[in-house]
Amino acid sequence: MSDFPARADCVVIGAGIVGNCLVGHLSDLGWTDIVLLDKGPLPNPGGSTGHASNFIFPVDHSKEIVDLTVDSQRQYEALGLQNTCGGIEVARSPERMEEFRRRMTSATCWGIESRLLSVDEVTELVPFIDPEVILGGFYTPSVSAVDSLETGTQMRRRATEAGHLQTFANTEVLDIETVPGANRPRISAVVTDRGRIECDTVAIACGVWSPKLARMAGATIPLTPAVHQMVDVGPFDVLVETNQELAYPIVRDMDTFCYERQSAGSMEVGSYAHRPILHRVEDIPSNEEAALSPTEMPFTPDDFDEQLEQAIELMEFLGDGEIKYAINGLLSLTPDAAPVLGPTPEVENLWSVAAVWVKEGPGVGRLMAEWMTYGYPRMTDPHGSDVTRFYPQDRNVIHIETRADEHFNKTYGIVHPREQWATRRNVTCGPAKARTDDLGAFYFEAGGWERPHWYETNADLVEHYGIAQRTHEWDARWWSPITDAEHLHLREHCGLVDISPFQVFEVSGPGVVPYIEKMAVNKCDLPVGRSIYTPVLTADGGFRSDLTIVRLAEDRFRIATGAFDGGRDEYWFRHNLPADGVHFENRTEALATYGVWGPNAVSLLQTLTETDLSQEAFGYGQVRDALLSGIPTQMFRISYVGDAGFEIYCPTSAGLALWDAIAQAGREFNLRPVGAGVYGTTGRLEKGYRLMGAELESDYNPVEAGLARPRVKAADFIGKEAYLAAREAPLAAQLSTLRFDSLRCAEGYDRFPMGAGNEPVLTTDGERITDSHGRVSRLTTAGNAPSVDAYLAMAYLPPELAAVGTELAVMYQNELYPATVAATGSNLALFDPDDNRMKA
Amino acid sequence: MRILVCVKRVPAVGSRINVTADGQQVDTAHLGFTTSPHEECAVEEAVQITERLGGGDHTVAVLTLGPEESAEQLRYAASVGGSELALVAAPGGLDWDPQRTAAAITAAVAELEASGGEFDLILFGNESADGGNFQVGIRVAYALGRPIVNGIKGIDVNGSGIVARRETDAGYEVYELETPCALGVKEGINLPRYPTMKGRLSSRKAQVAELDCAEDAAEGGQARRRLHRPPERASTTVMLGDSAAAAPAVVDLLDELGVL
Amino acid sequence: MSSVAVLIDHDRGVPPGGALEALTAARRLAAELDVPVNAVILGDSELFATHGAELFAACASYGAAGVHCGRHSLLADYGPDAWGAALAAFVEAAQPAAVIAAGTDRGAEAMAQLAARTDLPLVANCVSVSSASDPWQITRIQWGGSLLEDVTLSSSLPLLTIAPHSVEAEPVPDGAADIETVDFAPDLGPEAERTLVRNRVTLTEGITLSTSPVVVSGGRGVGSAEGFAALEDLAELLGGRVGCSRAVTNNGWRSHADQVGQTGTRIAPEIYIACGISGAIQHWVGAMGSKNILAINIDPEANMVTKAGYAVIADLHAVVPAISDEIRRRRDRPLD
Repeated sequence: MSDFPARADCVVIGAGIVGNCLVGHLSDLGWTDIVLLDKGPLPNPGGSTGHASNFIFPVDHSKEIVDLTVDSQRQYEALGLQNTCGGIEVARSPERMEEFRRRMTSATCWGIESRLLSVDEVTELVPFIDPEVILGGFYTPSVSAVDSLETGTQMRRRATEAGHLQTFANTEVLDIETVPGANRPRISAVVTDRGRIECDTVAIACGVWSPKLARMAGATIPLTPAVHQMVDVGPFDVLVETNQELAYPIVRDMDTFCYERQSAGSMEVGSYAHRPILHRVEDIPSNEEAALSPTEMPFTPDDFDEQLEQAIELMEFLGDGEIKYAINGLLSLTPDAAPVLGPTPEVENLWSVAAVWVKEGPGVGRLMAEWMTYGYPRMTDPHGSDVTRFYPQDRNVIHIETRADEHFNKTYGIVHPREQWATRRNVTCGPAKARTDDLGAFYFEAGGWERPHWYETNADLVEHYGIAQRTHEWDARWWSPITDAEHLHLREHCGLVDISPFQVFEVSGPGVVPYIEKMAVNKCDLPVGRSIYTPVLTADGGFRSDLTIVRLAEDRFRIATGAFDGGRDEYWFRHNLPADGVHFENRTEALATYGVWGPNAVSLLQTLTETDLSQEAFGYGQVRDALLSGIPTQMFRISYVGDAGFEIYCPTSAGLALWDAIAQAGREFNLRPVGAGVYGTTGRLEKGYRLMGAELESDYNPVEAGLARPRVKAADFIGKEAYLAAREAPLAAQLSTLRFDSLRCAEGYDRFPMGAGNEPVLTTDGERITDSHGRVSRLTTAGNAPSVDAYLAMAYLPPELAAVGTELAVMYQNELYPATVAATGSNLALFDPDDNRMKA
Repeated sequence: MRILVCVKRVPAVGSRINVTADGQQVDTAHLGFTTSPHEECAVEEAVQITERLGGGDHTVAVLTLGPEESAEQLRYAASVGGSELALVAAPGGLDWDPQRTAAAITAAVAELEASGGEFDLILFGNESADGGNFQVGIRVAYALGRPIVNGIKGIDVNGSGIVARRETDAGYEVYELETPCALGVKEGINLPRYPTMKGRLSSRKAQVAELDCAEDAAEGGQARRRLHRPPERASTTVMLGDSAAAAPAVVDLLDELGVL
Repeated sequence: MSSVAVLIDHDRGVPPGGALEALTAARRLAAELDVPVNAVILGDSELFATHGAELFAACASYGAAGVHCGRHSLLADYGPDAWGAALAAFVEAAQPAAVIAAGTDRGAEAMAQLAARTDLPLVANCVSVSSASDPWQITRIQWGGSLLEDVTLSSSLPLLTIAPHSVEAEPVPDGAADIETVDFAPDLGPEAERTLVRNRVTLTEGITLSTSPVVVSGGRGVGSAEGFAALEDLAELLGGRVGCSRAVTNNGWRSHADQVGQTGTRIAPEIYIACGISGAIQHWVGAMGSKNILAINIDPEANMVTKAGYAVIADLHAVVPAISDEIRRRRDRPLD
């Protein structure tokens, strides 16, 4: 045993699957002085890895998760610790059979071999399933079970043998020390019961204990320990006779939220169906106090009885098996069920590596090592897992537990891409909430804010414009024809949009110009009152964000970004602040923001102000202070919906008065409130505007997204080198607009692809399309374009296909729909492509 | 044959047991509960005896004393073959002194026998996992006028007689008892089965009779002051060596333990 | 004269170590009470004729001033009812200040029989006893020693058993004094005949994994099915059985019947020799009932090592055969 070190470059806390894989990959990437600590013994320190069922179903609807899972399977396979046994999800309901068609769509998109099975085909593979109980199955041959403990051991060994790692088990972390940094505290040391280690970087990979460790440093990792019940039943002759660990495919009984996994002679039955059982970190016993391990809590049989009955329904022989082992196993749930990875926003050089399943462990190890080494991951865009995605109000225990409680039973559930949360609503509201309530607003949550998505009081417009309801319930769910009607009304008259959830930052000070230039691709050193829309890049030249920057004064800039992107963007802007000379402030809560757009918008607003709003006096992209009905505002002539008008900022305290003033004046101009359905989808889509997290990801660069300007500014900026290289390199993919030629499904009515990211663009022969970097072509956005009477989508295509007129097919619900490339390159607009309306 | 098994609900503890701040109880904040191991084996043995006798009229009743939650241990016994379940409701009963416990159980057995007939065999655990007082079964049997032998690791029923084997260092002592009688059973007599899934499900429907004979049981002469943990040793692992040269030390240990 | 009486829980005349510990503990208590220690030995005339002298000498060496010899033909061999009734007769006749026995199976049972007959409290497995105040202050073990319980004992006649190994047996420093023997003849009724040892069976065969006093178990570190030969050899030398971890059955090296663990067999041997077993918790819960654990593992941080009472940090493939060789060497050597 080596002496306890006084210093290390990096301390990783937690030797579960994730911590072990992280140290292995850090070592591979050249970190030479790593210390791994765990409070428990090795190889099983007592966390969730130790009781995991260790199986992997690779198909998921999320690209990010699939990338991590498939990479993990490759790593397990390379270590010889993967047993590929196949897996079947079985359906008991028609709704689930339909979900399987969506899973087929995802499987096709990610190139994972899968197929739908008839009942007979299911029982051929798993003869002991009762055919009377099920309607069919979804089979993935590459489903596997892995040895996560041994994988961890080998990862550690790899780093240790390279001379890069020292591991200390049975070592408890007592404190994580910080020192004041430029703008935030910075990691300085880890204090343990065996000594103090000075270090520059700390990664917390402590699973359910992560929040407690983060708290030591003054940071938050938003997750809660939650119970997943599991029993081991057997032995059964039919399984013993196989003489194998896994002779039969793993079965997921999706409608009962249960799984049945052979484990040699017995069967593991696990459930996500029981009531959510959440624990507090402080209530987890120590290794010594626990009867089994800290994360194998006492089984509460009453919660599992229904699952026992359902398991016996599916496989009758299970009823005679003895329940040899039964636990309330702890796992980590975050407020939105995704992992919490990346740099913590509160403390510099403190990394969160938590809420990761065994199926993603090695992939997350690689991803995090890349993130810590290169500043951002290379293997996939991690924005869905980025711990900074959570706003401060999402980080408290009430929010975490309430949301975890809500989504626990969706673990095997059917989740709609547009699905809205039922709990913790009305926590953050704009100042006009009372008015939008009166107008029958149907709210979607946007970054925690209540944002009107459509207004029921506009229902009359549906008939007026002749908008059809969608036939299929799935397509119509979380959607309303009112959105299309609002869209057409805005284009014909004008609309008032509540965009208060916009995240608004201001940066100021003597050093602000070089700072803002460093952050943005496009030139920001503009005259006061001018604005610029710009990509923000990773060091590797992929998208970190896109946002609008306004020069408010010589030494002050305003940055406006999307409601969902504020946490990540704020981290990035703060992380890159110089030691002094620039002050950062988040102004979101201080400002109310409305958009007024449409042919009548300028005339309407002119009635409220003496400021000349004419195009000649107040051109596109300009910002002015103006009194509107006596209320001090900043008016910004810009549009994300492609019509003339303004974004208007005012103090939150005046937000209600301003809403009322605009609404009052709007009566003469046929103003209607318009929801984010128009703003976020229909309006932007027919104008070809890109959206962060949809079209814009770190996997793609501005050249591919069609956002490269003719010239590159002289000033240096993050990602410049890569950006310059991308401009010179042969184009690998080009963002394009597709127009559907038909939406008619086999059953004779129209379907409406979601654009949720998992619907592949195929050749007309149904072949998957990938570019020279291996990236698959898939819909990044889809929606109606009422003003051009079309259903549109966006997708990246290899250059040979990215040409107007190329005929393609899109898979939706496992059916193909013909679509044609309608625009490509920098201008993807099909509506008013020359922007005449905005300049009117 | 009519068999009664007396079981005790005990916390399922880890290697370190915490005590509540007042020192009066084991802190069970994050612990589950189980049946004291010798008694779990006693239930199994009773079920195996009735199975060997061919089931039918041969039944296993299970009795416990403790809080309402002790019904969980009765249902567990039902899930592995127990049928008649009875609970002597005594909220603090798990920590009662042995005389008081024995008095209440004696009364309960009498009550069960008055309504359901005499038990041919009453099985106790050799001692409970928690208190370890080594006397409750013997006190009950004596009060009921029945012979009892503790430390039993084998039971054969032959006619109206019981042949019981008790483990010694050398092997077994054999006792022959006439029914009605009682035995204190030791873990190792069998390997208790786990409940089947069906057994678990059917045990939910089993009736638990509540007996109120705890009230008259008087406190005995032994009274708890406080529970506490013995002082901890820093490391409990004795290192015997780091190579094959450790073999003599290992053999010394085996000799000391008497297994050589 | 009143005394602290110690029941000698002999087996057909052979005194176990526990009785000597109990005598040692009784001496301290007797000193506090300022009374002598007397031993109580139960047997028939033949037993006293053949073993009496030896037993008396042992009692004297450990501080007994006298011996009460309970003689009856039904005491020729052990029987809980016979011993309980004899003890009850003794206390009624002799009126001791306290009765103590070792907390062995036999001592505990006989004392419980006495307690039941006299309806007196019995404090089992004491580690310290103070008679300085009334009621007496006693500390006893619970949970097999994981916890201690402080109790008070209010009784006209304290009955105690002494937790095994809580007191080290110490002969009296000045050498044994003369010992006085007093006979008593308990009146044993037919109930004493209900529970007599009728027969004895010496066991050498039929040991299973769950009942074996020694289990030699192998884990992933054994490396192959063939690797278990060395473990088989050691187990056979010790009259034990071979077990294995789940990883081993998963690899098909051994059958499930040999698996120790939550999902295999739960064992409680005198010693568990865990070779190359990391000690996953599922395995641990099957093995944790073992009275002693020796871990042989190359990883000093392995779960099994930290939980074991004894460990050898080395390659099992070298250590296990060396242990077998050492055992053979000692057995071949004539007794010293």
